[in-house]
Amino acid sequence: MMSNLIFLAEFTVIRPDPGTVFWTTIIFALFWFLMSRFAFKPIANALKERELDIQNSLDSAKQAREEMANLQAKNEELLALAQEERAKILHEAKLAKDTIIAEAKDKAKEEAHRVVINAKEEIENMRMAAVVDLKNQVGNIAVDIAEKILQRELKNKGEHEQYVKELVDEMKLN
Amino acid sequence: MRSFSLIIGLLLSFLTVTYGQDQHGDQHSNSASHAEEASAGQEGHGACGCLHDEEAFPEYNPTASAFQHIGDANAFHVAGDFYIPLPCILYAPDHGWTLMMANKFEAHHHGNGSKAIDRYVLVHGEVKRIADTAFPKGEVEIECISHVMESVKGKEVEMPVAVYGGTCYALENRSTLDGGVFGGGITSFYDFSITKNVFTMLLVLIFFFLVFRSVAKTYQARRGQAPKGLQGFMEPIVLFIQDEVAKPFIGARYDKYLPFLLSIFFFILGLNLIGQIPFFPGSGNVTGNLGVTMVLALFVFVVVNINGNKNYWKHIFWMPGVPAPIKLILTPVEVLGLFIKPFTLMLRLFANITAGHIVVLSFVGLIFIFGKSGASMGGSLGGAAASIPLTMFIMAIELLVAFIQAFVFTLLTASYIGAAIEEDHH
Repeated sequence: MMSNLIFLAEFTVIRPDPGTVFWTTIIFALFWFLMSRFAFKPIANALKERELDIQNSLDSAKQAREEMANLQAKNEELLALAQEERAKILHEAKLAKDTIIAEAKDKAKEEAHRVVINAKEEIENMRMAAVVDLKNQVGNIAVDIAEKILQRELKNKGEHEQYVKELVDEMKLN
Repeated sequence: MRSFSLIIGLLLSFLTVTYGQDQHGDQHSNSASHAEEASAGQEGHGACGCLHDEEAFPEYNPTASAFQHIGDANAFHVAGDFYIPLPCILYAPDHGWTLMMANKFEAHHHGNGSKAIDRYVLVHGEVKRIADTAFPKGEVEIECISHVMESVKGKEVEMPVAVYGGTCYALENRSTLDGGVFGGGITSFYDFSITKNVFTMLLVLIFFFLVFRSVAKTYQARRGQAPKGLQGFMEPIVLFIQDEVAKPFIGARYDKYLPFLLSIFFFILGLNLIGQIPFFPGSGNVTGNLGVTMVLALFVFVVVNINGNKNYWKHIFWMPGVPAPIKLILTPVEVLGLFIKPFTLMLRLFANITAGHIVVLSFVGLIFIFGKSGASMGGSLGGAAASIPLTMFIMAIELLVAFIQAFVFTLLTASYIGAAIEEDHH
């Protein structure tokens, strides 16, 4: 009985029915609206924001690295400059030292020379004074001697001579 | 998380209540069918009866079984004779609107209702209408849902009927929009019910809304931090659609269309995946229903053509850079292509998902074929031994197809949008 019988198998899924079309339209439209408004747009924005954030971070890191390199280059330059400066200063200092020493030496020499000349002059002056004094004393002594001789002559000629001799010995020029 | 457990709690209490009602209806109809057994013996024109008890195991029909399983229904089958009733919103031009819950049909065995309401009856969980206008309106206790032999196009086929007062009443299907090409057409009523498919779509809507709302909130709460948890799980998928589908096919203005692409992708993926689960809340063959894929393709058609720029329309109606006689040939082809593109979207998704389900159901059907519809235990075991590895293999492929088809639909949508908004390069 069953062999020649076909159960009416209805392939209903291929028949679009108005109810399904209606509800699918409503539900998909709702899905689209709700998901866009409350999920996909905020998520897409957050993702974009994060992407931008990461790009910015990378950019600023790169910039920082470049700045660092720049800074280092500048530092080296500064260091080189400082070294040069130091060398220059040292050189100048040495020059100054040499000049000062040389000047000091000259001055000292000059001073010494001056002192010597002064001393010579002083000596000369004192000698002159001494000579003048000596002359004066010799004159005086001569006068004295002469006076004494004269006084003695009057008494003894031999004695005079003796006496003169004694006096002269006594006078012993110094 | 709290709202999720609240939903589960509500669902459970809902189930308990409806199960109780279902049981009650079952007892009721059992006594009714016993009382009518005497009339079943009568044969002849006009006289009609219900099946005997020994015919409770009708011969297994793999085609009918497969087609019924992939079809839509007005009650959600859970297990055994337990169906979750769904709201029925029925419209008949000669009667008006009929609103009720499907459990009012007092469905029992195989999802057949034991009551007719405004001439509507429930057959295998699906609402049909008694064609005869003489049938009494309102709530009527019917004897049973049975089958009669009828000659259709020279073949003897078994047609479902409602038995009432010893008479078989022919049943009408709901109206469909295929214009009779696929055996449907406009009948005396329209079904705008929250069917199993609609219910499944609502589940997917709620599920993805909760998931992505929580993900979106995590993005706000964890601004400037690495993704975590559910967010970390969803982000690669979203980024994949953004970077591998939207950006290469649409170009710089991709962000305007990204929400639409993501909606298409997740809606189809969710429905594909929930359709792979063989039991509640799965089993709804939504993306394997031409009505659903038709609407999705129509959305794509509208979005693509609303955004089509001058250059796009110029390429369709008067292709630049080709001689005039060729233009005359190209224009009809391009205009036809305008409709073929969404048409193929509709068919591809429908055919892939339906085919997968039918193959799975066919392999499961091996158990019943080898077991001689429950008569041979050894045959059933042999059938199961052959069926289980094959079914597992096809289900694994179906899982792959679920992702591939969602991806392909989205990818082609993106490429159509991309072509529609592309600027002139000549």
